[in-house]
Amino acid sequence: MGLILTEDQVILREMAKSFFEEKSPVERMRKLRDSRDETGFSRALWKEMGELGWLGILFPEAVGGAEMGYGELGVVLSEAGRLLAPEPFISTVLLGGNAILLGGTEPLQKELLPDLCTGDRLVSLAFQEQGRFAPYSVQTSAIREGDSYRIRGNKIFVLDGHVSNQIVTLARTAGSTDQREGLSLFVVDADSPGITIERAEMLDGRNAASISFEDVAVDASRVLGEPDHAADILDAVLDRATVGLSAEMLGSFEEAFERTLEYLNTREQFGVKIGTFQGLRHRAADMFGELEFARSIVRDAQNAIDEGRDDIAECASGAKARCSDVAQLIGGEAIQMHGGIGMTDEEEIGLFFKRLKAAEITLGDAIYHRDRFASLRGY
Amino acid sequence: MSPETLEEFQQGVRSWIDENLPADLRVGNRKDLPGDSLGKWIKAVASKGWVTPQWPTEYGGGGLDRKQAAILMKELKAVRAPIISSFGTSMLGPTLLELGTDEQKQEFLPAISRHEVKWCQGYSEPGAGSDLASLQTRAVKEGDEYVITGQKIWTTGADKADWIFCLVRTDPDAPKHEGITFILFPMHQDGVEVSPLTLIDGSAEFSQVFFNGARAKANHVVGPVNGGWTVAKRLLQHERTTDGGSEGGITGALKENLTDIVKREIGLKDGILADPTLRQRLAAQELEARALSLTMRRAGEELRSGQVGRDIGSLGKYRWANMVKNEQDLAMAAMGAQGLGWSGPGFEDTQLERTRAWLTTRADSIWGGTNEVQMNVIAKRVLKMPE
Repeated sequence: MGLILTEDQVILREMAKSFFEEKSPVERMRKLRDSRDETGFSRALWKEMGELGWLGILFPEAVGGAEMGYGELGVVLSEAGRLLAPEPFISTVLLGGNAILLGGTEPLQKELLPDLCTGDRLVSLAFQEQGRFAPYSVQTSAIREGDSYRIRGNKIFVLDGHVSNQIVTLARTAGSTDQREGLSLFVVDADSPGITIERAEMLDGRNAASISFEDVAVDASRVLGEPDHAADILDAVLDRATVGLSAEMLGSFEEAFERTLEYLNTREQFGVKIGTFQGLRHRAADMFGELEFARSIVRDAQNAIDEGRDDIAECASGAKARCSDVAQLIGGEAIQMHGGIGMTDEEEIGLFFKRLKAAEITLGDAIYHRDRFASLRGY
Repeated sequence: MSPETLEEFQQGVRSWIDENLPADLRVGNRKDLPGDSLGKWIKAVASKGWVTPQWPTEYGGGGLDRKQAAILMKELKAVRAPIISSFGTSMLGPTLLELGTDEQKQEFLPAISRHEVKWCQGYSEPGAGSDLASLQTRAVKEGDEYVITGQKIWTTGADKADWIFCLVRTDPDAPKHEGITFILFPMHQDGVEVSPLTLIDGSAEFSQVFFNGARAKANHVVGPVNGGWTVAKRLLQHERTTDGGSEGGITGALKENLTDIVKREIGLKDGILADPTLRQRLAAQELEARALSLTMRRAGEELRSGQVGRDIGSLGKYRWANMVKNEQDLAMAAMGAQGLGWSGPGFEDTQLERTRAWLTTRADSIWGGTNEVQMNVIAKRVLKMPE
C-alpha cells in the first residue's frame, strides 16, 4: 500500500468533508457543550453516519459492516477531527466494537455488532483505573461463581460511558495488580444491577464516565477471548484505537494549523501582517514539517494494520507518540500566535487546543508511547 | 550486425571489469586505496570513456545511453569498484556540455574524462554565503583577458586543483544578479594564493583562495558576460542531482547504527536501556528518522500520482540535517567523556571517529542552504506567507 490516498479514498474524503462541513460546524460542538446536552453528541447524526456505512467500515459484511480498513476509517476520522465532531467513534467503534470484533464469539458478534454498525448500539471499553496511562494496572476483580462471574471495582475515564448500552470491562481474574497475565474482558450490560455510572465532563466538552461495579454478575458466555489472557486482545484493540485516534488528531491539528496560518497572514500589527515576521515564519515552517511527518507516520501505521504486518504495535505507538507531540506543539502555538484573542472562549481555536490536549492524553501520551516503542524495539 | 542488446552490454561490462579491476580495489571508495592500482584503473576506465559514460565520445565520453550507463554503474557498485568522480565530471562538465562553446568543450572536456585535470568551485565569499549573489570578486577586462581581484572561501580541494570555475562581478553597477560572470582560469599562476582552512573537526579540505591580479582568458567565459548567474544556478542543479558522489560529498549518517552504539555504551538492564532519558530520546530519534524517510517516500508518490498538496519535498534538506545532527548528538551523549577524545590512547578508534563526525555534521545545517534559509523558503513558497 502507498502512503497517499487511493482514488476511492479521495472520493470518501470529499464526501466526509462536505458531510461534516454541512452538518457539523464547530459551532455545533460548542452548543452541545454549552447546553450540557445529556448525550454529549448527536444520536441522529451518528445514525446518519451509520447509514453511510462509516460506522461499519472495520466490521465484516456478515454483521452489516463494509469490511474496509483503517485507511478508509482514517479518512473519515480526520474529517471528523477537522471540525471537532464529538460522535463516539473512539468509544464505540475503535474500543468497544473492536474488542467484540477481535475477542467475541460468533454469537456475541452477531448479537451486538449489527446494531453497532447502524448506530443504534453504543459500546464503551472500561479499562483504565488511574490517571497515568497503565492499561495492565487493574485492581477490579472478577470472581468465577458457577457459570458466571462477579465483578467488583472502579473504572475511570470510560469514554462516552454515560450513554453506552454495553460496557466492555477489563477485570483481573488472576495475578497481581500490574501483571499483564490474569486479565479478562467481559461484555457487561450497562443496566446490570450493581453498576453505578457517573458522567464526567472533560475539558474538551466530551464525556467520560466513572463506573463502579458492586458485585455485578456476568454470564461466562460474555467473556471475550480466553479468561486470564485478555491482554492479547486488549493490546490489539488499544493499538488499533490508537491509530484511529491519531488519524482524528491529524485532522484536528491540521485544521488548527491552517487557521493559525490564516491568522498570521491577515492579522496586522506595527502596520504589517504579522506573518511577515521571521520569528513567526520559521515556527510556521516547523509546524508544517511536524504536521506532514505525523501524516506520513499515521498512514504507515494504518497500512501496517490493513496489510496485517507484524509491526502494528510498534507503528501504533510510534504514530501516537508523534501525534501527541505535534498536538502539543500546534495546539500551543495556535493559542500563542492568536495572542489575546486565542485566550477567549469565543474564538474557536481554543476548542481545538483543548481537544488536542484531551486526545494527547487519551490512550497514552508521547512519553508512554515512546517508552513502549523502545521496549518493542528491544531497548 | 544487429545492435547490442542490454544483456549483451551487461555481459561485456562484467567481463571487462573482471579483467581490469584488481582485487585490492574492490573495497569501495576509500581514501587509502593503493596509488599504483588506482592509477592503472583510472587509465583503463578512461580509455573506455567510462569516467563520463554518457558524454559524447568526441569529448572522451563513453557515448552510452541512460540505461547502459545505469547498468555500468550497477555493475561497478556490485563489485565495490572505486567510482571516479570529480567537480569536473559532476558539475562543470555537464554545464559545459549544455552551455559551453564548441571550443570550450574541446579544450576542457577530454581532460575531465581522463580524470587528469582537477577543478575547484569558486562560489562562496566571506561576505556572500547564503546570499551568494552579493559576491564581490571583481573581474576587469584588459584586452582579451580579465584581471581578477578578490577572495573566495569554502573552496573544496583548492590546494590540489589545476583550474577553477569561478563567479566574478563584471558589472558592479548592475543589480546584483545581473553583473555576474562565470569564468574559467588556471590556479597555478601568479595572483592566485591558496590558504587551506582547518575546520573544527580537524580536517582541511576547504580553502580560502585569494586573487590578486589573476588572469583569465576572455574566451573562457561560459555563457554571456554578466549572464553568469543563470549558468551558476544551472550548475548547482547538477550538484543536487549528483547525490553525494562528488568531492564535496554528503556528510552524516553514522557508520554504525545509532541504537547499537547507545546500547553498547550505556548497557541494558533487564532488557531496558539503563538511562531512561536517553532511552526516550533514542526512541524519538528512531521515529524522526522513520518519519523523514516515509515523508520522502510519500513525496515521491505524490509527484508520480499528481496528487499534490503542499510541497513536502521542500522539507527534506533541513529536516535531514537536523536528524543527522541529532543522531550524532545522541552518540556523543551515550559516549560521555569517551566522546571528548581528540587523539591518542584512551579512546577507541570508533569513538574518535564519532567525535570527528559529530563536529563534521555541524555543517549539515549550513551548507546547501542553511536551515534558516530553508525555513524562509518553506514559509514563502510552500506556505505562501506574506512578505
